[in-house]
Amino acid sequence: MPRMNMIEAINSALNVALAQSPDVTILGEDVGYFGGVFRATAGLQKRHGKTRVFDTPITECGIIGVAVGMAAYGLRPVPEIQFADYIYPALDQLVSEAARLRYRSAGEFPMPITVRSPFGGGIFGGQTHSQSPEGVFTHVAGLKTVIPSNPYDAKGLLLAAIADNDPVIFFEPKRIYNGPFDGHYDTPTVPWAKVDDATAEVPEGHYTVPLGKARVVREGGDVTLLAYGTMVHVAGTAVAESGVDGEIIDLRTLIPLDIETIKASVKKTGRCVIVHEATRTGGFGAELSALVQERCFYHLEAPVQRVTGFDTPYPHSLEWAYFPGPVRIKRALDAVMKD
Amino acid sequence: MIKKNLQPLALHVPEPKQRPGDAPDFSDVVVPPAGKLARPDSATPAADLKEYPYALIRVLDDNAHAVGPWDPRLAPDTMRKLLKDMMLTRAFDDRMFRAQRQGKTSFYMKSLGEEATSCAPALALADDDMVFPSYRQQGILISRGWPIPDMMNQIFSNKADRLKGRQLPIMYSARAASFFSISGNLATQMPQAVGWAMASAAKGDTRIAAAWCGEGSTAEGDFHSACMFATVYRAPVILNIINNQWAISSFAGFAGGEETTFAARALGYGVAGLRVDGNDPLAVYAATAWAAERARTNHGPTIIEHFTYRSEGHSTSDDPGAYRAAQAGSAWPLGDPVERLKVHLIGLGEWNEARHSALADELMETVKAAQKQAEANGILGHGLHQPLETMFEDIFEDEPWHLREQAAQLLEEDAVRRVEGQH
Repeated sequence: MPRMNMIEAINSALNVALAQSPDVTILGEDVGYFGGVFRATAGLQKRHGKTRVFDTPITECGIIGVAVGMAAYGLRPVPEIQFADYIYPALDQLVSEAARLRYRSAGEFPMPITVRSPFGGGIFGGQTHSQSPEGVFTHVAGLKTVIPSNPYDAKGLLLAAIADNDPVIFFEPKRIYNGPFDGHYDTPTVPWAKVDDATAEVPEGHYTVPLGKARVVREGGDVTLLAYGTMVHVAGTAVAESGVDGEIIDLRTLIPLDIETIKASVKKTGRCVIVHEATRTGGFGAELSALVQERCFYHLEAPVQRVTGFDTPYPHSLEWAYFPGPVRIKRALDAVMKD
Repeated sequence: MIKKNLQPLALHVPEPKQRPGDAPDFSDVVVPPAGKLARPDSATPAADLKEYPYALIRVLDDNAHAVGPWDPRLAPDTMRKLLKDMMLTRAFDDRMFRAQRQGKTSFYMKSLGEEATSCAPALALADDDMVFPSYRQQGILISRGWPIPDMMNQIFSNKADRLKGRQLPIMYSARAASFFSISGNLATQMPQAVGWAMASAAKGDTRIAAAWCGEGSTAEGDFHSACMFATVYRAPVILNIINNQWAISSFAGFAGGEETTFAARALGYGVAGLRVDGNDPLAVYAATAWAAERARTNHGPTIIEHFTYRSEGHSTSDDPGAYRAAQAGSAWPLGDPVERLKVHLIGLGEWNEARHSALADELMETVKAAQKQAEANGILGHGLHQPLETMFEDIFEDEPWHLREQAAQLLEEDAVRRVEGQH
């Protein structure tokens, strides 16, 4: 089985999707001839042609607006927003158009669009290359939000997203494109190829990881940790260093959410710590916390804890003070275990 | 710190020339004679079309004679069809406006005086060319022969509304008529039309796209994005700007109309720009046909400014008497599109007053009969709506658990309401 990093896995997924369906079309800034600033679309224009993989003007509103029109025609567009931090000019087209067109047209105009975008920090990207805006999109009726944490899932979830007949926001945690991240900023990144982890083994051909199905990354009896993207790995570090028998759940898809896996785990452990990199207030962690409280209240031994970024813009020099690393997670684990 | 030796700066806030209480005065509107403007080949490079965004394509002269090279030389039957479409649109508007005033629905928007800007392009395009309308293009659906009762079912949000009562009245969607779902958010349809046209071109299709927005909406970023994509990929698309002078209470000056024309926006993008007398149905037809031919032959997009006037309020929620001169619509120097085409056909010996008033009566009866049919399916707020659980359908292809739970909650609430007789 070939080993791939997340970029190679995403590239492979796009290549498979382009080869499978003549309607799949990739557009975005620098995605064509050059192959993308992270190389996710490298070689695809040469292989599949300029009318199927092409560069666009720098207007995110236009990229998504055009993708909506292409979907109305019958294509299956996969636009790239170069950084999630730049997605806001496209918000109206995503929130008021793509998300609602199936509904407002009573099914006449479904919107099979997959918006790929690198997100998250930990790369010294400052406030314009580090944000985690998933909570903006999970709040919108009609959008699915998917965030992979490893190469196998990245390819399988992306192929499932492209095949899905509804708009999907597909956020790629760029901190772990090349290798998993233990949350300690000074640990050198070990490439996916050299990590002892089956999730770096990626089949060449087509397969899917279904949307809406979480993965239990580590089984444990003391506490449930809910995480996605980069934070799955950081949570793993915190559990290992704390000695707590944590059960780590990689949500993979925020909408639709795998509530059954969450419920089963929290009812078993009686404790829950939610970890995300995004800002705290009104973040997806708040939704998870509420769901756990509503559905598992009588099984809880301690208040649900949220471990998140702070409610500040993503700082540059103080990045690692902002980042919800192992120390912050371990403090939350200690707190829930004391009760 | 303000430097006292320099002239103080002054902020210009546009102000229309007349307000309520003033007599309407359009003496500053330049109306060039009909028939004088040359009609270039539709393949002419945009760089050689620089005068057109500042000109005004006019075919019908003051005597309603069709003159000059832009005369599309339509067959009398085609012109009668165009006249009938505009008259049916007007009758439809009239009845639906009244229906709103009678409390049968929440909202309506008339297109009085602007009918040519929808009906004539619809006729000049192929029926399967994709249109991305704004909210005042009911004339397109009518021209394409869409059933009137179906449009009314949507307006009444009743049990027969294909859109299941989800959209504000007049926000139609009719895929079978190649008519895109209307958004209330302004100008979003412009880049969408460009994307559709790009897809059509990428697939080697022969269909083109057309979009409509108001002059006020050209201020939206989406309009700029649309022009940008349209020029970069030479998309086979027509971007129509309906300059009806008013965006609710804001005159065109608040969209940049004091300094230039709206068609002139085409120049910066290297796109062909035409400016047409929007109350001259033959000129609108001719401009659309020119742009359609340009698009179909891979010569790229066209921006068309339709210079017209919104004779009524923005919508049933608006009171134009509160911000503009009264009777301005009847003073508009470009006249009325229905009247102009009628007089033209009469001049040709192809129409007469008796036939005209008979047709007007017949169309009103058609609309009334359609309304009766639609009202049998219910009017807004009188119980004949879609089943409650349909609120949760079509959000996604498959209903996820959280929506299933919420649908169940709603049905439980409804059971309580029925028992308690409450809301």
